[in-house]
Amino acid sequence: MEKVKITIDGIEMEVPKTYTILDAAREAGIDIPTLCHLKDINEIGACRMCIVEVEGARGFATSCVMPVAEGMVVRTNTPAIRDARKVTLELLLSAHDKKCLTCVRNKNCELQTLAEKMNIDELEFEGEMERHPIDDMCPSIVRDPNKCILCKRCVAMCKKVQKVGAIDTMNRGFKSVVGTAFDKSLDDVPCSLCGQCINVCPTGALSEKDATKEVWKALEDPTKHVVVQTAPAVRAAIGEEFGMPIGTLATGKMVAGLKRIGFDKVFDTNTGADLTIMEEGTEVIERIKENKNLPIITSCSPGWVRFAESSYPDLLNHLSSAKSPHQMFGAIIKSYYAEKAGIDPKDIFVVSVMPCVAKKAESKREEMNVNGLRDVDAVLTTREAARMMKQAGIDLNTIEDAEFDNPMGEATGAAVIFGTTGGVMEAALRTVSEILTGKELEKIDFEEVRGEEGLKEATIKIGDMDVKVAVAHGLANATKVMDSIKAGTCDYHFVEVMACPGGCVNGGGQPIHDAKTRATVDIRGLRAKALYDADKNLPIRKSHENPVIKKLYEEFLGEPGSEKAHELLHTHYHKREYFND
Amino acid sequence: MSENNEKCQCQCGCGGKDEREEKLVQIIKDCNYDKSQLMHILNETQNIFGYIPMRAQKIISEELGIPMAEIYGVITFYSRFSLEPKGKYNIAVCLGTACYVKGSQGILDKLKEILGIDVGGITPDGKFSLEATRCIGACGLAPVMTINEEVYGKLDPSMIKDILEKYQ
Ligand code: SF4
Ligand code: SF4
Ligand code: SF4
Ligand code: FES
Repeated sequence: MEKVKITIDGIEMEVPKTYTILDAAREAGIDIPTLCHLKDINEIGACRMCIVEVEGARGFATSCVMPVAEGMVVRTNTPAIRDARKVTLELLLSAHDKKCLTCVRNKNCELQTLAEKMNIDELEFEGEMERHPIDDMCPSIVRDPNKCILCKRCVAMCKKVQKVGAIDTMNRGFKSVVGTAFDKSLDDVPCSLCGQCINVCPTGALSEKDATKEVWKALEDPTKHVVVQTAPAVRAAIGEEFGMPIGTLATGKMVAGLKRIGFDKVFDTNTGADLTIMEEGTEVIERIKENKNLPIITSCSPGWVRFAESSYPDLLNHLSSAKSPHQMFGAIIKSYYAEKAGIDPKDIFVVSVMPCVAKKAESKREEMNVNGLRDVDAVLTTREAARMMKQAGIDLNTIEDAEFDNPMGEATGAAVIFGTTGGVMEAALRTVSEILTGKELEKIDFEEVRGEEGLKEATIKIGDMDVKVAVAHGLANATKVMDSIKAGTCDYHFVEVMACPGGCVNGGGQPIHDAKTRATVDIRGLRAKALYDADKNLPIRKSHENPVIKKLYEEFLGEPGSEKAHELLHTHYHKREYFND
Repeated sequence: MSENNEKCQCQCGCGGKDEREEKLVQIIKDCNYDKSQLMHILNETQNIFGYIPMRAQKIISEELGIPMAEIYGVITFYSRFSLEPKGKYNIAVCLGTACYVKGSQGILDKLKEILGIDVGGITPDGKFSLEATRCIGACGLAPVMTINEEVYGKLDPSMIKDILEKYQ
């Protein structure tokens, strides 16, 4: 790659010609403040927080969009720059609802951090504030435009990466606001509820709908048997909320923390994931054999399901009818487990800790019930679970590891990798191959479906059959698959879709990192690696070999796909009005 | 697929076809479903309906494949587009600070009373519509209202009846 020589703050360096000044500065270890910039996603040069001086140029340059050039001499930290940045920030702050103490992003807010870094000790312009109503009508996401700084990072995420476009900038000038058409609740527009917008928002303008209060209430209720289950991706990220390095697998500590909070049982959603593989795998085999509604598409990502329901209502017959793992598991807890433990299912309160905000809305879907009881009573994000631990004075750094409770605590390596893109496919392939051929696989790692590429394709030989599979993550990639089905050009048999780029490890409920960390650290790669390592180290790595699952079918469900399994573990989908009046 | 695939374009409850909607669909077709023609299409929509109703936005969104939020964003950015039906004469009362202090709320109330409509409303005969605006920069004349392009300043509630009569 062609390189150019530049000097930043006296440091001479050679960098690729395609770099921006900001890229180069970061490589030199120089910190330039940014707000609107989100690498590769939102490069609009709008907020002017990142200004620098370029020798020979008039005015300041916005370093996040200005490319480097041969011989360029840059200064990032002069009194004039500091003053100008400070004024920009003060103007933003003067129109901001500064309620840090009670803000969900207190101590993890880019705006707040900048105020600290720039030594803001007084606000000269206390401007008139336009008050906007808060949207808290949606079961997954809360929008508080009064904390929005109009950086448009969420808009770019939603429009470009997710190809949804549920939110945009409305009005002009003083009245500008990022919101939905007709200021509808996110629940009434074609939002997938993936929550990716939350993860890129530098402030508290977007957040998950809180469930901690209702969970505390259930924990305090002596008549309730409160069970918690944790999704695979949570263990690979929750440590970050306590300052552990990104990619730390904190399974034992997470379990210990949840026990300390006071849950009666801590179960592993991975057991539910193994169950999903049995049910979905059976469906895959049937549909391929019958050549019916192919490709069959996974249904464990509720953000994806909701997107399909509003954007591709005519293609819902391609989705697997299997509920997502935590819903399946909830249904089993309130039936099989209740029976075994001798507890009235009405007294069981199931909490799911998920890397996801879409699962909050999913758990409220009418279909998600067992004999009239909710499968899952409350969904906490990884962030909320950490918040509850902190509230209870628990520090995961110092707590002793603990183990998941029996009888539902056993899970396989196949289930662990559900948390990353390609994981559900790989887990399913391990089981489907062995069931179809009756032979043990020589190699159970399906490298072809791993990795970061947005749309992965592979042809897998199962017996004498060539099974064409694809793995899409991020909704923009999902649309490619769906459009090809629509056009009649799709020849896949089996497709995995996860709404979030990178899969659940990068879900909308996971710990939030600032734009700089997102740009310089492969967050989702590190978290995924933690899961693949966990898979490698587990004694059982195939769902159909999980003894708990075997027993569950023997004692309770019968065969995968049985009537009872259908009643408890499967669901259906319906067209969502694209936009509610 | 159990769902009904037919798309009903009409949400106005009339049960029949709305010629204006058909016209809009035709215009979009004439533009070859080209996304870059959005401004032109919105202009035409404004002309056909006199405003840009939600159902028209839905049609544009569906036909062009542009999200509703983006279309709504464009409409609310340009003041020449309107989300509410406008009467032949659109009355806008300034509620900016200066006008407010000088009693523009009383003017607005008087208009509501005489016309029998609320802010954002339109008289049944389609003649008058009423809106409240932010400062229009005529503070020296406060309180101020405009009827289409005409500006009326230094108003008093007692003057409203006579002014409206000019438009009867
Ligand atoms: S968004 Fe940031 S600056 Fe604003 S109130 Fe919340 S923590 Fe404070
Ligand atoms: S949740 Fe996802 S689809 Fe909805 S507004 Fe946010 S990014 Fe867009
Ligand atoms: S909601 Fe957050 S990400 Fe979106 S524009 Fe506002 S501050 Fe930026
Ligand atoms: S203009 Fe560079 S970060 Fe906003």
